[in-house]
Amino acid sequence: MSLFSKADDAHAAERAKIREAAKDDPVHIRIRDIHKNYGDAEVLKGMSFDIQRHKTNVVIGPSGSGKSVLMRQIIRLEKPDSGQILVDGVDFATLDGMALERVRRQMGMVFQSSALFDSMTVFENVAFPLREHTKMSRSEIQERVMDRLKVLGIDKSAKKSPAELSGGMQRRVAVARAIVLETDVLIYDEPTTGLDPITVQTVDELIMETEAQFQVTSIVISHDMASVFRIADQITFLYYGEVLASAPPRELLTVLDGPTMEFVKASGVSHDILEGRTK
Amino acid sequence: MTEAATAPEPPADKAKEDEEDSRLDDIGVSVLQLVLAPVIELGVLARMLKDTVFWAVRPPYRFRVLIESLEFIGVGSIFIVALTGLFMGAVLGLQLADGFRQFGAESQTGAVVGLAMTREIGPVFSALMVSSRAGSAMTTELGSMRVSDQINALVTMAVNPVQYLVVPRVIAGLVMVPILCILFNIVGIFGAYAVCTTLLGIDPGIFLGQMRWLVDWPDVAQGLIKSLVFGVTVTLIACRQGFFAKGGAAGVGQATNRSVVHNAIAILALDYLVTAIVLGQGL
Repeated sequence: MSLFSKADDAHAAERAKIREAAKDDPVHIRIRDIHKNYGDAEVLKGMSFDIQRHKTNVVIGPSGSGKSVLMRQIIRLEKPDSGQILVDGVDFATLDGMALERVRRQMGMVFQSSALFDSMTVFENVAFPLREHTKMSRSEIQERVMDRLKVLGIDKSAKKSPAELSGGMQRRVAVARAIVLETDVLIYDEPTTGLDPITVQTVDELIMETEAQFQVTSIVISHDMASVFRIADQITFLYYGEVLASAPPRELLTVLDGPTMEFVKASGVSHDILEGRTK
Repeated sequence: MTEAATAPEPPADKAKEDEEDSRLDDIGVSVLQLVLAPVIELGVLARMLKDTVFWAVRPPYRFRVLIESLEFIGVGSIFIVALTGLFMGAVLGLQLADGFRQFGAESQTGAVVGLAMTREIGPVFSALMVSSRAGSAMTTELGSMRVSDQINALVTMAVNPVQYLVVPRVIAGLVMVPILCILFNIVGIFGAYAVCTTLLGIDPGIFLGQMRWLVDWPDVAQGLIKSLVFGVTVTLIACRQGFFAKGGAAGVGQATNRSVVHNAIAILALDYLVTAIVLGQGL
């Protein structure tokens, strides 16, 4: 056994302890006073809010409000200038190197473009994280991957290349790849952008089913209001780098004012319809 | 009366001066950027080389990905390298024999072809061919992966993208470019031999004998040292351009263009530098 795999095993045991201790905490991720500047432009201006455990947490806001930048900090594609991202009490914002990579394995991400590897088949895409991070045998990988594909209804496309699939199917493969390592947190970056209404509904159902089936905490970045109110347990409204509101959908609809109200109105979906759609 | 109405207007001369100052500032910044750009580029490449070496020695070792890269850079380039080698050798033999004939020294053609091929033409041309075929394809592939978030997807899956994408390609370049250089030399010398002996009537024994007399192992080694340097350079520049590509499909196209141009310049500049170091003069 190499030094690295020993460190991985020790860390996995430590993480299991932390997760066990934190499982009754309704808050999975605490974002505290996150700041991010690009040159002179202050994009995140001290954001603070909570991500609820095993719930669908949706982050909405107009273009340029910092949604995607926030997502990049949460998954640590970028390091925030200051502030904390506490995942089960561990500050993800300050981690580096191997420690960062180990915590990152608890998180999965579904990109807007699905970001599937063109050079691999659907099966190989989903098997990729298992081949990289586990010592599972070929048959175990086969079993796990086919199980995930079956649950998501894409097992018949296992041998196809991503380019042969529709947008909705590609999202499913991306979800399968993101959850195959039994991740705790699943981040969706604008999952319904550019899709037709029927596929949007399919993707919405996929997000809800995935959360229920695999007990993951979902974070969805979106500005599709109809979709947001269908899937959200918690909505956080961003406005030019600040959090204007963070509440369950019904509660949010009762306190709409200023930019929040303007944003909902501009979406073209009426208040009543949105209320009717909430969980 | 409003405040705007009472505010004194700036004199026209002052506005003109400000505009000129701003234009001079812009020119200054542009000149500075032009001067600093190569230095910054070298810095980025040095950092990528450092990361590549760092991640090359760390597990996991992905042999399957390495073999794929060896196959793509090496096996995939055999035809183009052999073909260019054949024509290069043929034309070199033709030109040298024609030149030497003017002072009755065509018997030296084999020797000079051998020296030129092993020391200069083999390493430089094989690297240029690998850069044009495999380097540009690598830049396009990595660039497409960057703009379609596939590299970010690797990061989110806790897979280091330099280790997964750059390390196998640079190792493959280091291994395969010298092998392709040897192939280029063999086929090139054969091309020159065929033209000189069959078309120009030079005696085959003299052609090969003179070559054996003048070309020595240090000459072959000089070419191989250059090939090792070029192998790393070509793949590193190609990966760097693709890895940091931005701006969608157009950006990938520009990155590929830069990759080929930078590689051509780097190969020729390093060729001089390595030659000067190996020969111990001219620096």
